Amino acid sequence: MTGFLDNVLGGLALGAVYALVALGFVVIFKASGVLNFAHGSLLLFGGYLIAVLHDDLGFAGALALAILTTAALAGALDRFLLQRGGQDAHAAHVQTIVTIGVDIVLFTDLARRVGGDLLSLGDPWGDSVTELGPVTVADSRLAAIVVSAVVIAAVFALFRFTSWGLSLRAAAEDLEAAALMGVRLGRVRAGAWCLAGALAALAAVFLAAFPAPGLERGTGQIALNAFPAAILGGLASPAGALAGSLIIGLTEALVVGYQSDLHVLGEGFGDVAPYAVMLLVLLVRPTGLFGAKGAARV
Amino acid sequence: MPEAPPDDLPALRVENVDVTYGRAVSALRSVSLTVPHGAVVALLGANGAGKTTLLRAVSGTLRLHRGAITAGRVRYGGTVLDGRDPVAAVRAGVVQVPEGRRVFAGLSVDENLRSGGLGLGRRGRAQVQEARERVFALFPRLAERTHQAAGLLSGGEQQMLAIGRALMAAPRLLLLDEPSLGLAPQMVYRIAEVIREINAQGTAVLLVEQNAGMALSLADRAYVLEVGETRLSGPADELARTDAVRRLYLGESAEDQGAA
Repeated sequence: MTGFLDNVLGGLALGAVYALVALGFVVIFKASGVLNFAHGSLLLFGGYLIAVLHDDLGFAGALALAILTTAALAGALDRFLLQRGGQDAHAAHVQTIVTIGVDIVLFTDLARRVGGDLLSLGDPWGDSVTELGPVTVADSRLAAIVVSAVVIAAVFALFRFTSWGLSLRAAAEDLEAAALMGVRLGRVRAGAWCLAGALAALAAVFLAAFPAPGLERGTGQIALNAFPAAILGGLASPAGALAGSLIIGLTEALVVGYQSDLHVLGEGFGDVAPYAVMLLVLLVRPTGLFGAKGAARV
Repeated sequence: MPEAPPDDLPALRVENVDVTYGRAVSALRSVSLTVPHGAVVALLGANGAGKTTLLRAVSGTLRLHRGAITAGRVRYGGTVLDGRDPVAAVRAGVVQVPEGRRVFAGLSVDENLRSGGLGLGRRGRAQVQEARERVFALFPRLAERTHQAAGLLSGGEQQMLAIGRALMAAPRLLLLDEPSLGLAPQMVYRIAEVIREINAQGTAVLLVEQNAGMALSLADRAYVLEVGETRLSGPADELARTDAVRRLYLGESAEDQGAA
């Protein structure tokens, strides 16, 4: 039973971090129709900045600077590279492919810098743990859950209550009608990319924190497990991204936790499980959990 | 409603405008049109005549369709609008209601109305409440449904919402693209009443319509476009008596009216 609770808490923590990444995918897709394949590299970029800056600036300073820089990089990438291709659906496909190129460039350079090292991000939790009744949880996991919950709630409030959020939702519904209302599509888009970049840098902290050994060059690839989470949630739905991330996080943690009982599936099924769950969900609901919009009357 | 306003009141002036799509397809050739302050001007023509293109040239949305103004000027009062983005038009007081209503289906009625004020930025937030009350006075039905998703409204209600959304920016010139399209006759009558009411409150209207009868009954002046060129223009009641317009009104295709 203790083992089960351990796994559930671990899964929730993992899901919370995936949600930060998946929300980035969804915000970018909603605002620009682009699937950002460079997201993992942006995350690695943010993590790397924290790793090299935290000795001088302290963890909080390094984190703040990394979040700002990654947000600026993502926003600039959209504004000065992708937006040159235009705003229509056809352009979005081309821009998606451009992000693959950006990913290769960014990842190659970061991989060269990180090499085979394991970088510490200097986070304040270290390997300390907290006893919660019968279970022992790493503080970094509790922090992941709490911080993600607060940040995600803030992002949802941003969608709902700010002009930017309304502009984003309007533009996602109908680009031209939003333009006619005077929504500055370019700025709204770039803002979405900035937000996604900031979320990715924040997620890097928790992906590199205990019990993970530290930031490695593969950390960005781990984050790509958030990709099936975003898809099974419906890709254009922030709530779907949240639900999908928790499902994927729990699945992965439980599959890894009970690996010995699941050996018929072979070793390392935990890496495959997110995609298996995504396929199962898509078989039943091809548009994802929150993907189908029923509210249309013609 | 002034017929010929003094020069200091803002008017829309489209002067010898050429529009080309994709650098190849010519959609408008040397089209000129004036909408005086406070007037209602109808723009008639068959499908493909360039009516919507002309509205796009004014509202700044040609770029979204890979089109561009290649010659001529578009001005509203002292503001040059050609080559600018839609925000410039909205800020100058020119707002377009798109063809087919295009309300944000997944957003609530209230959010749709809020979105109409987005182009004004911080400056406009003070007047949002006032504009909302004006919209609810025009369309009491919308006031009862503020939390309903716009996609669940009927076609007529969606058209009201689309017009109300545009009014949230407190325009001095409203561009209406086929507001009667796909609506029941009774609703067409209702929309015509609303246009008259909006105009009576001091907003000029440029009305694109296939329903020439309705448009000419509302308008002071009218222009007839045919394959990208101005075919006819003049006071609406005079145009309504010409053969060409009567045939258009009867729904014959553009090719049949060449004799006018």
